[in-house]
Amino acid sequence: MINSHDILETINMIDNENLDVRTITMGISLLSCIDDDIDKACEKVYDKICRYAENLVKTGEDISKEYGIPIIHKRISVTPIAMLAAACPTKNPVKFAKALDQAADTVGVNFVGGYSALVHKGFAQGDYALIESIPEALSVTEKVCSSVNIGSTKAGINMDAVAKMGKVIRQTAELTADRDCIGAAKLVVFCNAPEDNPFMAGAFHGAGEPDCVINVGVSGPGVVRAVLAKSGDCNITEVADLIKKTAFKITRTGQLVAQEASKRLSVPFGIVDLSLAPTPAIGDSVAYILEEMGLEQCGAHGTTACLALLNDAVKKGGVMASSHVGGLSGAFIPVTEDAGMIEAARSKTLTLTKLEAMTAVCSVGLDMIAIPGDTSADIISGIIADEAAIGMVNSKTTAVRLIPAIGKKAGEELNFGGLLGNGPIMDINPKSPAKFISRGGRIPAPMQSLKN
Amino acid sequence: MNAVITVLGKDNVGILAKVSNECAAVDVNIIEVTQSVLQGMFAMIMFVDITKCTVPFAQLVDALESKGEEMGVKIHVMHEDIFNAMHKI
Repeated sequence: MINSHDILETINMIDNENLDVRTITMGISLLSCIDDDIDKACEKVYDKICRYAENLVKTGEDISKEYGIPIIHKRISVTPIAMLAAACPTKNPVKFAKALDQAADTVGVNFVGGYSALVHKGFAQGDYALIESIPEALSVTEKVCSSVNIGSTKAGINMDAVAKMGKVIRQTAELTADRDCIGAAKLVVFCNAPEDNPFMAGAFHGAGEPDCVINVGVSGPGVVRAVLAKSGDCNITEVADLIKKTAFKITRTGQLVAQEASKRLSVPFGIVDLSLAPTPAIGDSVAYILEEMGLEQCGAHGTTACLALLNDAVKKGGVMASSHVGGLSGAFIPVTEDAGMIEAARSKTLTLTKLEAMTAVCSVGLDMIAIPGDTSADIISGIIADEAAIGMVNSKTTAVRLIPAIGKKAGEELNFGGLLGNGPIMDINPKSPAKFISRGGRIPAPMQSLKN
Repeated sequence: MNAVITVLGKDNVGILAKVSNECAAVDVNIIEVTQSVLQGMFAMIMFVDITKCTVPFAQLVDALESKGEEMGVKIHVMHEDIFNAMHKI
């Protein structure tokens, strides 16, 4: 029999500490929808998504009700659309984005990811056209998310793509300037992008994945913080142990939800992504965990060390709780989505340079950061190149999701509302990397890629 | 198949009776009850067998939750697997 302490602990985590399963993401392969007639291809895409994901939202809601655990998002990731666009190279791929958006509306999910291209070694047919179309695609759709992988430990960094993405991020922000530049919040530039990531905006369904799969992303920064708050003056080894134990419990709920969803939808279970994903809700913040460890404010010296410990302990605790772990798995640091980071950025304790250091030890990268509207495309490309280099050399995923706040300056604010949150526009280093970026070519893969 | 019903909140007359009645009405059998009142706060944990429940589980959850609202207490009804998953290896 389960003891009453355990029962009350679980209920307290859900009621007071924001424990939830962040997302059930159904990965759907669209390779069977490839057609040289783009209209036919779009029709097949719409039909396949609607057929496969017909019961996704209802199943998520049923599981949530039965187990009493909130499941916040039901989402879909698809094969990188550039692979479909390759078959109809003369047509504007935005039609695919519209088909994805309509399908998302029909099945009731709040985001669909995969308006993507993988160009870490070079552009294949379809890739360049898709990348060029991203600003338009993100401005005419609401639920479509886009990502581009521009580097990997195995391939190096495609600097032509890095240069291009600086421009694409700016254009995307410009085209949605009337909506707080929200388009750029749905665009991620990756190095070492995982093919089974359930979290938006970077989710896509990799070419090595099965026809359909269920991936689940857990969350729970509030729970970890509450455990540390109760722990008193224990030493840092004990802090790591407490985080591991908590991450285990959080992940077990994700594993249970993933197994149930897989069974009820008759779709294979892929992975559980062991991530601490913050929300702007008070208490659901990764920054507060770091502060609970003993920092006056997130961004102070010591932040990188605290985050490294947190990231590692989350994985160690979670990995035993799930049969298959994947995706990004670690701690997220999206500035505008995390109440503690927003405060730290406003008070300038948390700076872009500190965030860059933090990305070397967390699971993603420079995430949801508003930058001044007059930041040039070259500087954005420079930021992307730095981030990609950290990912490439450390054999980890890094990502850049920057929002150039068109018409605004550092110190002003952007407000996206909802889970994307709000936050101050952060200072950047204005010196130009233009010549470096204009050289083009490819940064060779590092020694650590030669493992065979 | 078992579920766990928890009731937390300010004590008043008949909480246990009302929850039990709701269960009996849909053939949900009570297996074990732990209940205490501490400084006016009512806390009850009830293990119930839902195998023969005559309504869908979600409906039972809704019925008990709204009963809780009527009585001014917080009622959770959750499948026991969530606790097993979280607290047992």
